[in-house]
Amino acid sequence: MTPGETLRGGGPRRWLYDPKIRALAAQILTVLAIALFAGWIVHNTVHNLTVRGIASGFGFLKNPAGFGILQTLIDYRETDSFARVFVIGLLNTLLVAALGIVFATVLGFLVGIGRLAENALIRGLSALYVETFRNVPPLLQIFFWYFAVLRAMPSPRQSHEFLGAFFLNIRGLYVPRPIPAEGFAPIVLALGIALAAVIILRRWARRRQEHTGEPFSTGRVALLLLFGLPLAARLIFGAPFTWELPQLQGFNFRGGWVLLPELVALTVALSLYTAAFIAETVRAGIQSVPRGQIEAAIALGLTPRQRLRLIVLPQAMRVIIPPLTSQYLNLTKNSSLGAAIGYPDLVGLFAGTVLNQTGQAIETIAMTMAVYLLISLTISLVMNWYNRRMALVER
Amino acid sequence: MELMEETLTRLESHKTQEVMILMERVNKWYQDFHVLKDIDLTVMAGERIVICGPSGSGKSTLIRCINRLEAHQRGRIVVDGIELTEDVKAIDAIRREVGMVFQHFNLFPHLTVLENCTLAPIWVKKMPKKEAEALALQYLQRVRIADQAHKYPGQLSGGQQQRVAIARALCMKPKIMLFDEPTSALDPEMVKEVLDTMIELAAEGMTMLCVTHEMGFARTVADRVIFMDRGEIVEQAPPEEFFLHPKEERTRRFLGQILHH
Amino acid sequence: MSSSPSLRPPVVRIDVLRWLRENLFSGPVNTALTLLAIYLLWRFVPPVLDWLFFDATWQGSSRADCHPGGACWIFIGQRFGQFLYGFYPIEQRWRVDLAALSIIVLAAPLFFSRFPQRRRWALGYFLLTPLLVWWLLYGAGILGLATVPTDQWGGLMLTLVIASVGIAGALPLGILLALGRRSQLPAIRIVCITFIEFWRGVPLITVLFMSSVMLPLFLPEQMSIDKLVRALIAVILFEAAYLAEVVRGGLQAIPKGQYEATHALGLSYWQSMGLVILPQALRLVIPGIVNTFIALFKDTSLVIIIGLADFFTAVHRATVDPEWLGFSTEGYVFAAFVYFLFCFGMSRYSIALEKRLARSEKR
Repeated sequence: MTPGETLRGGGPRRWLYDPKIRALAAQILTVLAIALFAGWIVHNTVHNLTVRGIASGFGFLKNPAGFGILQTLIDYRETDSFARVFVIGLLNTLLVAALGIVFATVLGFLVGIGRLAENALIRGLSALYVETFRNVPPLLQIFFWYFAVLRAMPSPRQSHEFLGAFFLNIRGLYVPRPIPAEGFAPIVLALGIALAAVIILRRWARRRQEHTGEPFSTGRVALLLLFGLPLAARLIFGAPFTWELPQLQGFNFRGGWVLLPELVALTVALSLYTAAFIAETVRAGIQSVPRGQIEAAIALGLTPRQRLRLIVLPQAMRVIIPPLTSQYLNLTKNSSLGAAIGYPDLVGLFAGTVLNQTGQAIETIAMTMAVYLLISLTISLVMNWYNRRMALVER
Repeated sequence: MELMEETLTRLESHKTQEVMILMERVNKWYQDFHVLKDIDLTVMAGERIVICGPSGSGKSTLIRCINRLEAHQRGRIVVDGIELTEDVKAIDAIRREVGMVFQHFNLFPHLTVLENCTLAPIWVKKMPKKEAEALALQYLQRVRIADQAHKYPGQLSGGQQQRVAIARALCMKPKIMLFDEPTSALDPEMVKEVLDTMIELAAEGMTMLCVTHEMGFARTVADRVIFMDRGEIVEQAPPEEFFLHPKEERTRRFLGQILHH
Repeated sequence: MSSSPSLRPPVVRIDVLRWLRENLFSGPVNTALTLLAIYLLWRFVPPVLDWLFFDATWQGSSRADCHPGGACWIFIGQRFGQFLYGFYPIEQRWRVDLAALSIIVLAAPLFFSRFPQRRRWALGYFLLTPLLVWWLLYGAGILGLATVPTDQWGGLMLTLVIASVGIAGALPLGILLALGRRSQLPAIRIVCITFIEFWRGVPLITVLFMSSVMLPLFLPEQMSIDKLVRALIAVILFEAAYLAEVVRGGLQAIPKGQYEATHALGLSYWQSMGLVILPQALRLVIPGIVNTFIALFKDTSLVIIIGLADFFTAVHRATVDPEWLGFSTEGYVFAAFVYFLFCFGMSRYSIALEKRLARSEKR
């Protein structure tokens, strides 16, 4: 070292303290450790599979399934392949998710708004609803509806009857099935025309308001069009559907649609459970709009309805939508609980029955998980995009 | 603030003989807390009034009763010949004539500056959109912010936001403007731009009630300064008299606190 | 002073009629809603109360004692032991009681801020109590306590074991993952994000399936793991991902100035995290952790799918017992009540904590 070089902290092992090298080393070590761990698992798995004589791979998907399925939304025979079983399970999962999302959203918004109602009784009942349903495990609620309510229903001969067309018994909920009749096409056409007319009308109304300031309330005319036109078509061309009513024949019902008790229990339980969370989301969203916003709207002379529509809702929805989607995602994931009462969803059917039949544990569970992952990732990507788009512009 | 020196630029008064706001023995309580005690106040058309007083003295509540953001419980309030009662029509009519500017601006963050200004003319006054936009641009021009019309409130500085809030209120062509501490949420360097806008407005003859501690502003524009304490009007006088010869001990103490620091 | 002393506010007393008019009958819509609510209450509350209490059977020892028309709580009474302890040997149940008692009693000093050396006590508590409880429950022949294998564990005790081991195991892992997700080293960040998003993207039930079917395949042939331990591993991995997101929220809430201050003081990464950032962040996210625990507590009921006999499973099995067939409503209502007590209690606690935090923030 020359006399000029008096920097401290040097020395032959200086590289040990170089932050770049340290960072690189930490990363390499992490990756290496994970790779080693993964390698160890793969090694064990391959060994275990050979010992047990299980062939790996997805070849089994082409084999015939050979078992019946309680509920299939597409045609299915026992000779169909496991791949088709996978699709059927996926469709059944999506069916419950879609039904649950619709019911939970409607109920959740009602209860959420109810929690902020002026009416003290409604407020109290809404709070009671939320606290009761969100503090009881969803699986327990599913079991309650399935075992304590639906499994305790009477036999078909003693069915509970509603309006002479709906029948509830131990085999499920029987509802009338619509069969398109001669009036079907004209009425659908009329409805289409009415819809188009309403859209044009609304555009016209908005343009007129922009030009003249005269508002035109489209609500009543729209109602008239939407109901009037199809009604007229109905009177001219006859009924759109004939209803096939469920009929008791011998020991069971014939005709109509039957909703399995498993499906009903799962939908009811998940809707009620998720609605409690959606209600809280809605309440928090509405409350997130500062009081000053409403005062400013009042001072400008906006009516209560205008305040809600123009000021409160647009701001509240930005807050509500992201947690709302994550509730939808939760509901979809929770629909896998149906496996516990024998509803043939993706988990029950594929990770359950197919796994037991084929022993292909790794493949079936990986495929099942991949589906949920795909749904989750897609939705969270869409949400990130939405949040970026809707974020309030700030400096 | 050095206001003894800058006394000379007083605005000419626009005060007329027409009564714009009449308050008679107005009382208000928050539960058991008596916020307004027997308030008697008459404001003439074109008159400019500055209300000051310590925090919690009821000054904000007083002006918030005028457009019924708060309901008074006893006494009469008449605004431009319309008496404030439970009657929704009367309340709506009064709110159209009274513009308000808030301490925290309360601009609508999801609407652009222009949309903030056109919202009420379109929905309350049923004005055509084009016309409302032209009107809004005209007022935005007057508060010198027309070039920001298509930005969102979040992109503006506090002073700019408050000027937009003034323009928004003016778009309804109000007869009376209420200012609720319009500069107290602003950074010091932005106070002037807002006060200048308010002074211009005063010069045009607008009836104004301002809750503010900007005593320079009070000296320049006010026809009358009102001092409130504990829910009462303690003293009211034209600015020269109010600042130079306050009658009440409480007023003197208050002025001492805010002028000598 | 010239204030008018005699004026009183127009309404000071609480006037029942006025309250009713303002809150329930202030307009046609409001009145209709009130009437609807009253109708619903009148239609449903009395029958439910009758079933639950007035027509219910409280005393007796067998099915024959149940009156028709009301709930038969004898069923719950008869099975209460199983609901609490599962198949834990009856003569050994005192060990479970003692474990529960020691958890509560030893924790008591933590709630008194005056207690001397509270920190040291807390450290000891969180390190030693798990060992003590494990020894009491499992025994393993140490100091004369007979081994009770985990397949005899069950009931509420098992639910609590899974929930608390799950959260206690998941917290450290979750903290590491949260730090990793905010790390500046790309490889570590990617690993952590992948891990977190994977577990958050799949339902717990598939994770439990995976642990019960795939875990044995992943391990060396001769190594067999206990069913309970498998479930615990699944729960810990799953919950760690959720806790990581909770902790990340806390880390993000710490102002940048705090990080800069630690750099300026020359603290190393682990020193600044351990001494400055994490203590603040964790305090902020206690309510979030409690909420995760509530979710986990409800989710423990899923272990029924892999055949563990937790509280929910115990109740469900009792309802399908031929001797007590037809009393499933009583069983589920009772189970719902117990879960409600725990979850509602914890959520109130979490709300109270949040309020206290908000207050201390303001100061």
